[in-house]
Amino acid sequence: MHTIAEAQRSAVFPEVNYLSARHTVASWLFTVDHKRIAMLYLVTISIMFALGGSFAALIRLELLTPAGDLLDSDTYNKVFTLHGVIMIFFFLIPSVPATIGNFLIPLMIGCKDLAFPRINLLSYYLYLLGATFAIIVLVRGGVDTGWTFYTPYSSTYAQTEVFYATMAAFAAGFSSILTGLNFIVTIHKMRAPGMSWFRMPLFVWAHYATSLIQILGTPVVAITLVLLATERIWGVGIFNPNIGGDPVLFQHLFWFYSHPAVYVMILPGMGVISEVITCFSRKRIFGYTFVAFSSLAIAVIGFLVWGHHMYVSGQSVFAGIVFSFITFLVAVPSAIKVFNWTATLYKGEITFEAPMIYAFGFMGLFLVGGLTGILLGSMGADVHFHDTYFVVAHFHYVMVGGMVMAFMCGLHFWWPKMTGRMYNETLGQISGILVFVGFNLTFMPQFLVGYLGMPRRYHVYSEEWQMLNVMSTLGATILGLGYILPAIYFPWSLFKGAPAGDNPWDAKGLEWETTSPPPTFNFDEENMPVVTEEAYAYVIERNTLGAR
Amino acid sequence: MFENYLMPESASTIAPRVDALIWVLTGMSAFFFFAVVAALAFLAIKYRKGSDANRDLAHPDNDALEITWTVLPTILAVVMFVVSTAIFLQYRQIPEGASEIYVTGKQWMWKLQHPSGKREINSLHVPVGVPIKLTMTSEDVLHSFFVPAFRVKQDVLPGRYTTLWFEATKPGTYHLFCTEYCGTDHSRMIGSVTVLEQADYQRWLESDDSVMASNLTPGEALYAKHGCVTCHDGGDAARGPMLAGKYGTEETLNSGETIIIDDEYIRESIYNPQAKLVAGYAPLMPVFKNLINEEELFLLIEHIKSMEDTEASN
Ligand code: HEC
Ligand SMILES: [Cu+2]
Ligand SMILES: [Cu+2]
Repeated sequence: MHTIAEAQRSAVFPEVNYLSARHTVASWLFTVDHKRIAMLYLVTISIMFALGGSFAALIRLELLTPAGDLLDSDTYNKVFTLHGVIMIFFFLIPSVPATIGNFLIPLMIGCKDLAFPRINLLSYYLYLLGATFAIIVLVRGGVDTGWTFYTPYSSTYAQTEVFYATMAAFAAGFSSILTGLNFIVTIHKMRAPGMSWFRMPLFVWAHYATSLIQILGTPVVAITLVLLATERIWGVGIFNPNIGGDPVLFQHLFWFYSHPAVYVMILPGMGVISEVITCFSRKRIFGYTFVAFSSLAIAVIGFLVWGHHMYVSGQSVFAGIVFSFITFLVAVPSAIKVFNWTATLYKGEITFEAPMIYAFGFMGLFLVGGLTGILLGSMGADVHFHDTYFVVAHFHYVMVGGMVMAFMCGLHFWWPKMTGRMYNETLGQISGILVFVGFNLTFMPQFLVGYLGMPRRYHVYSEEWQMLNVMSTLGATILGLGYILPAIYFPWSLFKGAPAGDNPWDAKGLEWETTSPPPTFNFDEENMPVVTEEAYAYVIERNTLGAR
Repeated sequence: MFENYLMPESASTIAPRVDALIWVLTGMSAFFFFAVVAALAFLAIKYRKGSDANRDLAHPDNDALEITWTVLPTILAVVMFVVSTAIFLQYRQIPEGASEIYVTGKQWMWKLQHPSGKREINSLHVPVGVPIKLTMTSEDVLHSFFVPAFRVKQDVLPGRYTTLWFEATKPGTYHLFCTEYCGTDHSRMIGSVTVLEQADYQRWLESDDSVMASNLTPGEALYAKHGCVTCHDGGDAARGPMLAGKYGTEETLNSGETIIIDDEYIRESIYNPQAKLVAGYAPLMPVFKNLINEEELFLLIEHIKSMEDTEASN
């Protein structure tokens, strides 16, 4: 068996690849190559992440003291709103699908590009349009409704840039719909000979399920935002009871999309974990079909639980009971995934490269996020927890502890494939550990302070909660360092990194059978791949294992 | 001192039950968490590369195992659901004879009104050991009424009444927060709930500074001022139905439907009288939408209810 070091020593950077194909700026801006579009996305969402992250830093700084001493209340409200809007619509939703997914899906199923390369580019520009609206909001003074845009505050009372903010989310939403559409058609129609549905990598299954949610759910939030803008601009009574509307209707429409969107923000991450765990334990995934179908189950059941955000909103008790029941059920497919990943380690040959460190981190944090979700799905407990910091901690465990960890995990895993260069492994491991420790220190205290009763979106707070808030800010500092490191060593590796070779991790999957970086049409055009074995056909080479 | 960091104060009849639920669910979650983490750690160490663990037959798929770890969590989920929902239903079962307090939220204050007509802002005094029902509405955006020590919370909506009840068990002063984001001073839309021994509460009620000199209650005064009396006194000239003694009873509408006269219905009758007409009456009642605000509405409702009291005692 060749080790990583051996594989790399012999590696050379390929002459012909998608990066070197052409060098003009226009060749990037008008590219229809899914790999280049993925890179455009990667750069843009990284900028948005940095922007959203700096708002988070402001929040944590302000909350160091109970009084509102750094910002005034209006500014604070804008800061947390922008943090949410940017992180959710401009980072988390596109994070894995638009970057790693865009790059890998054609490679993984063995085709030259996505089904609609031009639509892929259009979707990038829609995203950019949305991001531009977000910047307009910023420049014109911000928006203060919270990312949830609850009516009638957003439709009638807010004095800020609500219209541009809804347009930002609206445009980003269409970008997301088009990406989902493209993936679904590609996965149906463009699989290589021999790539049957049940030979597909689980990463592809996860993206298939995600795409279903994107194309079925996103139009609903889009129309909701249009209705909101309609009421705001023309005073048509839809959500404001003073003019004949119903504010709770807005919440139903909003969460009908935004709960499933939570799965858009986690399923692709789960796909990443399935690839990484198998590679670094040199094992087939345990229970392939169960993991694949649990993705679909999450996508389908996930559409029926939105009312769990509304137990105390004034929705009927009966509705609450039905939503709570289905919410408890949707926990099961996620549990199935965790159990199967764990079992995959059994009798493996496990190594701890940076992606694997991130994958372990993901499992720990996602478990906490999922299990605390059960406390919130429980109606009896949620009355107390609703809209407190407990909820904030819960969804950061899922979104950041889950999706951002998975995004980093995937980025480290496929960076050599995407760029053809190796990053500094030690720094990668250190960043993985820093992020894990910093994250827990940031958000664990928030569970407690939420249980003690600290409401979310509070600019000033009661003195007895200061200690926990200081801990949280301390943790956030470490977390920030953990994110800054990769922002340095990744770009660095582009220039100084060792050539990666086709398959530095000795991994299975079609993407590893072409050069790193791949050529414009992904594979040798004369010799497109044919699939003859199941996914993850890793074999443990016994002779390397020593005495048993 | 540690309890301040782990447990919020607990001062209502439902609080210990909710805490028990929370800790049972937390215990169950912790069990799962540690079981999986222990398994991960154990496997990762035992099967790390280069270890001499047995790796024969390294690819077992095991349907029995899959079914076990699908079915067991499902059963557990259903059990947790049942227990949780049982507690939630207690939140919604308002005890008979609870004493009623009206709450109006507006950017950024809480206005509260006692049965006697006594009013408070951002502070609420209640007696210990008596179930209290809050009927709440908002004059502008959404708010949410949250008292952590009682473990109760309910959104407060414009254009509608929502209710919440609690029974305090321990005298003291507790936080009151708005937990639905409502704009600039959301985090300052706070106050306190003071729980008094019943005798102290009576004294507090009577010791009043704010009660007006007139012998009319504020509700009665409004009732007279807006001319409700002229149409609703049950006299010969009355053009509307007699209201005294009607609260809580059934009313037949001219559509043939019957409804119970409750707070929500009275609110509608005053703000939008044409929406539901009482059988046998013409749509003569004026629309008071722009003349009476939410707070005054509560005073009127309180007054209409009290007219029932005098009828019954006569
Ligand atoms: C001009 C006469 C008039 C005045 C003044 C008037 N009402 Fe009415 N009200 C009516 C009539 C007629 C009805 C029955 C038809 C209907 O349901 O609208 C009615 C119905 C009601 C009802 C429903 C009673 C039931 O039995 O279902 C309530 C409650 C009520 N009025 C309260 C008030 C209050 C409070 C005021 C003062 C703010 C007021 N009304 C002023 C004429 C009047
Ligand atoms: Cu949800
Ligand atoms: Cu508020």
